[in-house]
Amino acid sequence: MSKPIVEAREIHKHFGHLHVLKGVDLEVAERELVFVIGPSGSGKSTLLRCLNRLEEPSSGSVVVDGIDMLDPRTDINHARQRIGMVFQSFNLYPHMTALGNVTLALRKVAGKSRAEADALGLAALQRVGLADRAGHTPGQLSGGQQQRVAIARAIALEPRVMLFDEPTSALDPELVGSVLEVMRDLRQSGMTMIVVSHEMGFARNAADRVMFMDDGLIVEQGPPAAIFENPTQERTRAFIGQIQRH
Amino acid sequence: MSTWDRFVETFFNAKVMVKYLPDILSGMVVTIELAVLIVLSGLLAGLVLALLRALAIRPLNWLIIFVVDLFRSLPPLVIIVLIYFGLPAAGVSPSGFVSTWLSLAFVLMAFSEEIFWAGITSIPKGQWEASRSTGLSFGQTLINVVLPQALRLTIPPLTNRTIAITKGTALGTVVAVTEILGQASSAVSNSYNPSPLMMGAAAYLVLFLPVVVAARWVETKFAWKR
Repeated sequence: MSKPIVEAREIHKHFGHLHVLKGVDLEVAERELVFVIGPSGSGKSTLLRCLNRLEEPSSGSVVVDGIDMLDPRTDINHARQRIGMVFQSFNLYPHMTALGNVTLALRKVAGKSRAEADALGLAALQRVGLADRAGHTPGQLSGGQQQRVAIARAIALEPRVMLFDEPTSALDPELVGSVLEVMRDLRQSGMTMIVVSHEMGFARNAADRVMFMDDGLIVEQGPPAAIFENPTQERTRAFIGQIQRH
Repeated sequence: MSTWDRFVETFFNAKVMVKYLPDILSGMVVTIELAVLIVLSGLLAGLVLALLRALAIRPLNWLIIFVVDLFRSLPPLVIIVLIYFGLPAAGVSPSGFVSTWLSLAFVLMAFSEEIFWAGITSIPKGQWEASRSTGLSFGQTLINVVLPQALRLTIPPLTNRTIAITKGTALGTVVAVTEILGQASSAVSNSYNPSPLMMGAAAYLVLFLPVVVAARWVETKFAWKR
C-alpha cells in the first residue's frame, strides 16, 4: 500500500446521548477506492462527514493529504477544496444553472476569473457528459443528470479525495447506471474515492476494499470478493445475506 | 335640489376640490417621501437583523428577538406618539415627519426581519453543506447560496407587509405631518365640506394601486419552479 492520503484515528462522535462512532480507524491509500457498507444508523455517513468536518468529531484525529483537519489553525475552507463531496440528495443550487453550480466555488474560493471558471466548469461538465446541459437549471434536469452535475461541481476543484454519500440511493433504478458510469471513469483516472453505497455490483468490480460498519464500529474489511463471499463475522454475513436476498 | 345633487354637492364639490387640489398634491409628495424612506430603511434594517441573527450569537439573538417582538406588539400609533411626545423629555425633539418615519421603519424592520429569517431557515441544510463542502465560507454561502433562494420565498409576504405598513403613513396626521390625510382633514375643517376626504382617498388609490399591481407582478416574476 502506498502512503495513506486519508488517515483517521480513533474517531468518536456523540450526538447528545447517542454514541454514533465508537473509535473508528480509517486509512485510505492514494488512488484507492474504498466502499463502506452497513445497516442504516451504523455511522457510515457520519464517518464520511467527519472526514471533511461537516460533522465535528467528538474526539480522534483526521489527516487528509497531510492537512490536520481538526486543528483549529487549519484553514478549513481551503482544506475542503481538496475533498470533493457528493450527497444523496444532490443538493444542487436551484437558482443557478448547471454551469453556475459548478463554477461558484471556482470563482469564490479558488479565485478564478469568470472566463477561467467557465472554461474549467465546462470541462468538468464534459467529463460527466453534460456539457450540452450547462445552461439548464437543476429543475430542468433528471435526477441522474443532477447527480452528475453535483459530481462535476466537486471534481472541478480538482480534489485529492472524493467522498460519495449514497450517491445513487435517491435515483430511479434506470438512472443509476449513468451515475455509476461517471464514478467508474473517475476511478480509472486515478481518483481516491470513499463511497458509502449499497451498489454491490459496482463494489464487486470497482472497489479495492470493502468495509462493513455496524453500530459505530468497523466490523470487518477486505477485498470485495472476501467480504461478499467469505465474511468471517456473523454480523457481516447476516447483512450481506439480507441485501443479496433482494 | 334633489338628493343626488345634494350628495354630489357634499362629497364631490367641484369648487372645493379645485381649491384644495394643490394641498392634496403636496400631501401626496410628503406621503411618497415618507413611504420611500420607510420602505428603504425598514427593509434594509430588517435584512441586516436577519443576517446578524444567522450568525447565531446567543446574547445578540436574544436582543434581536426582544426588539423585534417589541415592535411587532406595539400598535404603530403608540410608537409614533411615544417618539413624538416622549423623546422631547429626553432632550431630543424629532419632528412629526421624523417620528412617523422612525416608528413605521421600526415596525417594518421588525416584521421584515421575521420574514427574512423565516426565508433563511427554510433553505434546506443540504444547501449549506454542499456549499461549505466546496470551501465556501459561512458568509459566502449565506450571500451566494442561501440568501438568493430565501429572498425569492420572502417576496409575497414581504410585499404584503410592506404595503400594509406603508399605508400607516396616514397615522402621521396625529403628529401634524402634512401628508395626504393631514392635508385632507384640514381642508375639510376649513371648507366645512368633506369633498377633500374623497380626494384624499383617490390620492391613496393613485399611489398604492400601482404598487399593489407591481407587487403582484414581482411575485409572479420571481416565483420559480424547483
